Formats: sequence, structure tokens, C-alpha cells
Amino acid sequence: MKPAPFVRHAPKTLDEALKILAEVAPQDGRILAGGQSLVPVMAFRMARPAHLVDINEVAGLDKLAVEDGKLIVGARVRHATFHRPAAPGPLGALLAVVVRNIAHYPIRTRGTMCGSLANADPASEWCLTAATLGAQMVAKSASGERVIAADDFFEGIMSTALAEDELLAEVRLPLLPDGTKFGFNEFSRRAGDFAMSVALAVYEIKDGRIASPRLGVGGAEPHPRRIPEAEAALDGQAPGDMAFRAAAEAAAAAIDPLEDAQTDASYRRDLVRAVVRRALEASL
Amino acid sequence: MSKDAGGTVIGRSVPRLEDRPLLTGQGRFAANISFPGQLHMRVVRSAVAHGKLTGLDASAALNVPGVHAVWTAADVAHIPPIGFRLTGLTELEPYRQYVLARDRVRYVGEPVAAVFASDPYIAEDAADLVDVRTEDLPSIIDAAEQPGFYDDERRTEPAIIRKGYGDVDAAFAQAQHIVELELSIGRHSGVPIETRGVIATYDEERDVLAMYGAAKVPHWNRDSIAMMLGRKLETVQLFEGHVGGGFGIRGELYPEDLLACAAALKFRKPVKWIEDRREHLIAANHSRQQRHKIRAAVDDHGRILGLDDTFFHDNGAYMRTHAATVPDLAAAMLPGPYIVPAYRAHGHIRLTNKTPCGTYRAPGRYESTFVRERLMDAIAQRIQVDRLEIRRRNLIAKEQMPYDARTATLGTDIIYDSGDYAGLLRRVDRHYGLARAIARAEQRRSTGVLAGVGLAMFVEKSGLGPSDLVRITLHADGTTEVVTGSASVGQGMETAMAQICAGALGIDYATVRVIHGQTDRIERGGGAYASRVTVMTGEATHRAACDLRAKALAAAAPLMQTTPDRLTIAGGVITRVNGGASMPLAELARIVSLTGEGIFEYKHMVYPYGVHIAEVLVDAESGGVTVERYFVGYDIGRAVNPMLIEGQIAGGVAQGIGGALYEDFRYAENGEPLSVSFADYLMPTAHEIPRIELLLTEDAPSPLNSLGLKGAGEGGANAAGAAIASAVDDAIGLPGAITELPITPQRLKALLRGLPPH
Ligand SMILES: Cc1cc2nc3c(=O)[nH]c(=O)nc-3n(C[C@H](O)[C@H](O)[C@H](O)COP(=O)(O)OP(=O)(O)OC[C@H]3O[C@@H](n4cnc5c(N)ncnc54)[C@H](O)[C@@H]3O)c2cc1C
Repeated sequence: MKPAPFVRHAPKTLDEALKILAEVAPQDGRILAGGQSLVPVMAFRMARPAHLVDINEVAGLDKLAVEDGKLIVGARVRHATFHRPAAPGPLGALLAVVVRNIAHYPIRTRGTMCGSLANADPASEWCLTAATLGAQMVAKSASGERVIAADDFFEGIMSTALAEDELLAEVRLPLLPDGTKFGFNEFSRRAGDFAMSVALAVYEIKDGRIASPRLGVGGAEPHPRRIPEAEAALDGQAPGDMAFRAAAEAAAAAIDPLEDAQTDASYRRDLVRAVVRRALEASL
Repeated sequence: MSKDAGGTVIGRSVPRLEDRPLLTGQGRFAANISFPGQLHMRVVRSAVAHGKLTGLDASAALNVPGVHAVWTAADVAHIPPIGFRLTGLTELEPYRQYVLARDRVRYVGEPVAAVFASDPYIAEDAADLVDVRTEDLPSIIDAAEQPGFYDDERRTEPAIIRKGYGDVDAAFAQAQHIVELELSIGRHSGVPIETRGVIATYDEERDVLAMYGAAKVPHWNRDSIAMMLGRKLETVQLFEGHVGGGFGIRGELYPEDLLACAAALKFRKPVKWIEDRREHLIAANHSRQQRHKIRAAVDDHGRILGLDDTFFHDNGAYMRTHAATVPDLAAAMLPGPYIVPAYRAHGHIRLTNKTPCGTYRAPGRYESTFVRERLMDAIAQRIQVDRLEIRRRNLIAKEQMPYDARTATLGTDIIYDSGDYAGLLRRVDRHYGLARAIARAEQRRSTGVLAGVGLAMFVEKSGLGPSDLVRITLHADGTTEVVTGSASVGQGMETAMAQICAGALGIDYATVRVIHGQTDRIERGGGAYASRVTVMTGEATHRAACDLRAKALAAAAPLMQTTPDRLTIAGGVITRVNGGASMPLAELARIVSLTGEGIFEYKHMVYPYGVHIAEVLVDAESGGVTVERYFVGYDIGRAVNPMLIEGQIAGGVAQGIGGALYEDFRYAENGEPLSVSFADYLMPTAHEIPRIELLLTEDAPSPLNSLGLKGAGEGGANAAGAAIASAVDDAIGLPGAITELPITPQRLKALLRGLPPH
């Protein structure tokens, strides 16, 4: 469990980082952020990058600010930052709830939000959050910058729209209006494990009824996504057990379940039903 | 035994002598040990589960700068396969493992070559380049299937363990009820936080091969290494440092130990090997996996008339040092605390294409307690009495002690030395408020919450002989040195031995130094396994301390102008019983050299016993299980240090819960291991394990040693699978539903859906 040989580059500026990345990307050069996903797979020699572009000293990537109604999270911002509200209003509170479910505390002090998004594990809480809230990903490379919407960003199991020479420099999360309700729930066999299913529900209340519902499910399909059938079951309903159960049923039916040795299709649907209902219940 | 033998320090939860270096970061584990000029070894392991070795090309590896050598089977052709330490039936011998595979590989992880290099990274890079060519052969991964071929002649069932007594067929012929179950236990094992490690050195001047990183049974391993490498005993020495957990698997003799030792001899250089976690999970002993088909003949009152068990023991690809120990113990101890008038067990030892097996904390008993206690619950259900009552009706009575269980294992007849099983059940019932707990769970279930209570009873064994030797020397600086051939695997044996020595000698336990696991300090030693140390080494220590005390008093008497019987020792000072002159022991040690010796030889084991209670909550939506409360009632005979016992029990329970709910070495159909990291092999963490409550009793001291001692190492693990299964049954209201460990949420959810388990 010692990694294969590699060269570590430690640029200090973004330009330098992008330039090195452009050079080494064709030789399986990779970005090293918190290392909490990459280093273990290197130790198993399942990944053997010849070059690592370590971004931990790159100036400016630790940006964490609110601009134009969005929370901007730079590539060096660690998970643990979100234990305390990092944004005003419901968004900060939401992130503080979600973050506690990512791995264990020591891992959260190293791993980054952008690293999670780039890594695109199907069960990643941040990927679910980005998909549910409609985040924007800002990708930079030596040849320029582009903004990718969450819907277009996640492509499959650990696969994203990022090109190999692109750095996810920041993610932009829309602030949530005051009074927004949210609830989160995940199931894993042990505390700190990747979820076997996970759900995030966000909605507003208009005239006592659910409005603009967003219901995201992760860990159940190749990547997290909003489930329109479940949102339809919520829209315009009074928040409560009946609507929540209907949404949970709709989500369980709508997914195309991932299967593995400890989770067959029908069990995955059971878990989705459970986490969706509980996430909604937690929103009350 | 005399009630106050041992004085006041025995029975007290004094702090551990071991803790200072460990808590201040001064621990010296295998990986901490290095020698100048050492080579690092990396083992090349089979990537296929079963295949003919058709070729091996190490040229690319040899070309890597820093690589010193690559060994294959031809380089170790002089080394015989690793032998058996216990339960070594001759029919198992053809199934022993060579240190490097010869013409077949039989499990993923089997050593096929070894790379020696100047640096561990280089060694691993080079190992990747060794090209091992194999021709695939079909794999067997289910031990309960018809046996297949192990090689051209032999089948995959080397032996059947047969135990029993009485007329089983007659018992079934007259039974009012016959209860039949099919039960299986998953594949799990001890996973110590410190992986294995060996550092071998050869000292040409003294012609001594030294091996560091020893644990558990240093003397036996020394003898075996010497024999296998054709050396005289005195020229091989093993040294135990700090050990980060043993649990039965660490310290057994493995191929890597021999490879490193042989390489140190050959290259005349120190050779270091530190196992990584992935290797550990496929190379160190697995354990537990069995499938039982058991039948009970029962009368109208639920009393057992006879038991008939057939089981399949999945031993993996080879027979290692433990040979038939695990299935033998499972069969011998299955009857447990109950009266079983007729008994028959057939244990089929089966080889499969998986990592070979050995013992793991409560070997054979975790398995057969699960089987027996599932059966007791099923009998209770059939007779329609509660789970406590069915046990009361079948327990061996206190008046029947000592009780001949009429089976034998590990070369000894099983004779329960002492015990009051019903008494412990009564005390536990009262102390815990079992009836209240059951009522509370029932009440919660009536509100739709799936809460349940489970219980299980068991008899443990401990204090395996045949003998232990201890020497105690009084030094002029006031310290007392206890030298034993026993071993410390982190259980606190230094403290316990110091307490026993201090108690008998009349000194402060903190002045006692306990030396263990150093083969150059004492000629023999039993080692640390089978919950034997406190009993065997403890009694030998007690005897050595008594011997030393007598010698000290005899030497002091003329100096103090009195007779030995008028003298006593307290607080390290010799005083006259009726007052007057006194003399510190240390002063006496400056005048005469004082050494006491104690040998304890005993063929029979001692038998502690206990009750486990689990309270669980099942999540109906996900099938997840939360252990809300866990309680153990345990009769230890005599507690040397209750705090250490509590620690042993709590750790054992955690491992037992691991096997009940989480841990499982899974394999794909083709024999590929699926649990090769901690992401897939789920160890429970502090989140999953509740505080373990313990009622420690001393109602049945052992009559077989002076202090009444019994062991504590395995009683925490023993009944955990059984108690959790019973609690989950209760929670979901489906008695007998749990037939398989670990209870995964997927299986449980399938049960809850009323579907056949997946
Ligand atoms: C025991 C354990 C449990 C865990 N449990 C969870 C869990 O429950 N939920 C969860 O979500 N995660 C979990 N993780 C993963 C953890 O959250 C990681 O921190 C995260 O997945 C990756 O972030 P990182 O900063 O560590 O990225 P790294 O490991 O450094 O990189 C991961 C990958 O992303 C790429 N990358 C990183 N940053 C960028 C960037 N800015 N632009 C482009 N590419 C980039 C890297 O090249 C690499 O391929 C767990 C990890 C461990 C070790």
C-alpha cells in the first residue's frame, strides 16, 4: 500500500498551476486537493498518476465569500469549514447539517468541497447538495474559463464534465430565501461511511403549501440528481406525512437503482423510500 | 485454595504498568524496529484463487535499481511446510502450507515470490513487475458443497471431526419434539490495529538468528523456526516488543516469518517486513465460517434428550498451525451449560479457495454458542415457554460440579471444574431487571417501534496447559523481576502478574518488572492464547513468589536472630510478626542472591461462564440494527484486576458485535476476495458499540489453582452473535428468523418484507 512513483508539483499561483496541469494532464497528471479520495486509491495502486499538481499552496483558491446572491467556495476550502454557518440564512444552516455526514472529522479537516465534486462519488453529500440546489461549477484551464451547471456537470460514476486539464476553481451555491425549509437524511451501515442512499429536500412554504420543491437523491444512481416525480408529488401539497410518503414512493419508483453485493435493486428502492421520507420529515 | 492467598493487591483495579510508554508515544511496535543496512521484503501474492503455476519471470523486477534479490519456491525448497501447533491430525498434514507456493496457487493472496530491496517503496514497485503466470483452475468457495479435488489425488475434505456419547438415535426415537435448524456464521477474524511484522537479523559472531516482532507463542515459534531452518535451538532467539492486538491471529507462525528469517541468514543482512492492511485482510488467518445443521430431541417440558449436529467448517486453502483446533472446539463445546444426555457432532473440515484459517477470540465457541443458543430459543418457541425458563430447565446444576461433559478437546477431557449457572442467571435477572427490559421492549413494539431483547448463555474454557514456568529474582535496587515465557498481546498481563507476585511476596506491585516473550531469558513458555495467561502463568507466578518468599525469610531469619515463621513481609519490608527489627527486602538482596521458581503443570482447563443480554432497535424502513444496550454477566472465579477484565469483556463484545452485524470476508464466485480494505470489511467503531455493562461475579472459584483463577479473554466475544440474533428475532417478532451472521440490513429488510432472504 505504497503508491507508485510520482512527481509532485507545488505551484503557488493559479496561472502556474494551470500551466503545469496543461503539461502533465496527458501523462495522467492529477490535481491533489485534500487527498482524502486520491491518496487511498494511489496507496492501493488503483491510480498511478505520474504527476500530482498539489493545489494546497495556490493563492486565492481558499476563497469563501458571498457575491451576487451566491456563496463562492474555492478549491482549497475544506469540508470542516462548513460546520459553522458559512453563508447567511438557510444555506449556511443546510451546509452545516449536511457536512456532519461526510466521513469522520479528521477527514473533514483535509477534504475539500471542490475535490468531492470533481471526484463525483455517487454517494457524495456535496454532489447531492450541488445537484439539488443547482450549483454552478467554475472550471479553469490554461486556455480559459467556463461555468458548468450542475445538471451538465455530473456524468456518471466518478465522472464529470471536467476536461483533464481543467481545475474546478470554485463552486457557486445559490443562497436560499429566508423561510426556506430543508431536510437531509442518509443511510449507511456505520457512522461516517459513504451513504447507501441519501436525500436532500428543499422547499418554500406559500399559503401553507409546499412551493418550489427540490428533492435530490444520491447513492442510488450513477450520480445524484433531482427527482421530478417526487417534486411533483410535493408541489402544492400541505407539508406532512401524506405528501412526504407520496414523494418517497415516487422517488423509490423513479430511480434506476445501482446494484452491488450488499444492495440489490429492491433494497435500494427501500432505502430511497426511507431516506426521502425522513429527509422530508426532518424539514418540518 | 485459601481465601486470602494473594493479599490485598489481588482483586483491585490498580493502574496498568504497561500504560506509561504507550500513552506517552514511546511504544515500540514491530515497525519501530530497524537495523542499519536492512533489506525490505515485499511478498508477491497470487492474484488468482486457484491455478497451476506455469511460470514466473522476475527479470524486470531484478532490473529495478535497489533490488537485491527475488526469491521463488526454488530458493526455499529446503524449508518444509509450516507444522501444526495444536490438534494436528495426521490426515491434515498433506494440506500444510509451504512458505512459497510450489506448483499450484490456492487463494488470492498466497505468497508466490518475495522481493528484497533497499527500500519498501522500491520493493513494492519491483513486486508489481514480477510476472506470475497461472493456468486457471475452478475455485471452490462454498464449504458445504460436495467436496472437490484439492490436487490430483486428494479431496477437499481432509477429515471429519466426530464427537459424542450416549444413544442419540434412541433419544430422537423417544422425543416428543424434534427441533431442527440450519445456521451459518460468516467469515471474520481478528483485525489488530497493528498489522504483522518481522525483523530478522543474523549475528555472525555469535551465530544467532534473531526475530523481532514475535507475539503470542515466541517459544513454540522459535522451536519451529529452528527446526525448519535446520538450526540448533540456542541459535535462534525471538523477541516480543509492544504488540498492537493479537486476538488469536497475530503471532502464529506464518510464511512471511520464515521468509524473512531465511533471507537474513542467506543475505547476512537484516530483513524487515511490515504487512500492509490490504495484505493483512487476505494473508493473515481468517476464522469462524461454518454452516451447521442441528437437530434437538426434546421432551414435553423442553428438556433436551439429545443433540445431533452436522457442520461444515470452511478452513480456506491450507491447514495452518491450528490444524483442526477450531472445528474441534466447536464440536467439543457445543453442549455448553446444559445437560445433554446424548450428543453427536460431525464436523466436516473443508478446504476452499480462500485465505486459510486459524483461531480468533473464542474460536469454535462463538460459532457453537450461536448454534446452541439459537436452538434454545427455537425450543422455547416450540414448547411455548419463555427464553429464560427453557434455559433454567436445562442447566447443569451447581451440585453436579465438577461436571464431566464427556467430550475432549486440545488433548484434555472437558470437565467443568466449578460453576453455578442457574445462580448467575438469577443474579443477572435481578441485577439487570431482565423481566422489566422484556416488558419495556414489548410495550415499545406495541407502538410500532421494533425493539427487542436477546439473551444467550455460555461456558468458556481457559487456562490451557500443559505447563508454565516462572522465575522471580529480587534485585538489590529494590525491583523484583518476574521472567516468564508467556506473552503480552496488550491484555495487561504485566500488571496482572505483578499483582499476583506482589500479593504473594508482600511488596508493591509497581516495583515488579515483568519480562515476557524473550526466548533468551527463559527456556520455555506457553505463550498467550486460550485465555491461559492469568491462570497458567498466574499460578506459576504465585508459586514462584511463594518460593521466593520462603527463601527470603529463610535467609533473613539468622540475620534477624529469629526463625522464618516469626517473620513476614509487607510493603517490601521483612518484619518480625511481633514487632521489633525490620529489614527491607532490597537490603537482603544485596547480601544474598534471591530467586524463586514456580512451575505449574496441569492437564485440565478451567471453565468460566456467563450470560449476555443485548437490546436492539431495528429500523423497519432500512433494515438497520442499533445496539442500544449490552450487558454481560461473567463469573471469573477470582478477579485479579477487575478493570482489566472489564476491558477484556468490552473489547470482546465489540468484536462479537462486529461478527454479528458488520464484519464479513466476502468472496466473488471466482474466489476473488471482496473485503480487502476497511471500506469493505466493516469493523464496528465507537459509534456502533454502546457502553458495555458488566456484572463480574466470583461465585465459582476454580478448585484447580491456588487463587481460584479463571480467564477473561474470550467471554466477551463468545455469546455476542447469539445474543444479538436473539434480540433481533425478538424485535421483529419473527422467532427463529435469524439463521445467519452477520445480520446485514439487506437480509433483514428482506425478512421484514416477508421475502426469502437474499
Ligand atoms: C474513510 C473515508 C470516508 C469518507 N466518507 C465520505 C463520505 O461519507 N462522503 C463523501 O462525500 N466523501 C467521503 N470521503 C471522501 C472525502 O470527502 C474526500 O475528501 C473527497 O471525496 C475528495 O476531496 P479531496 O479534497 O480530499 O480530493 P482529493 O482526494 O485530493 O482528489 C479527489 C479527486 O478529485 C480531483 N480533484 C480534487 N480537487 C480538484 C479540483 N479542484 N479540480 C479538479 N479536480 C480535482 C483529484 O485529482 C482526484 O482525482 C471519505 C473519505 C475517507 C478516507
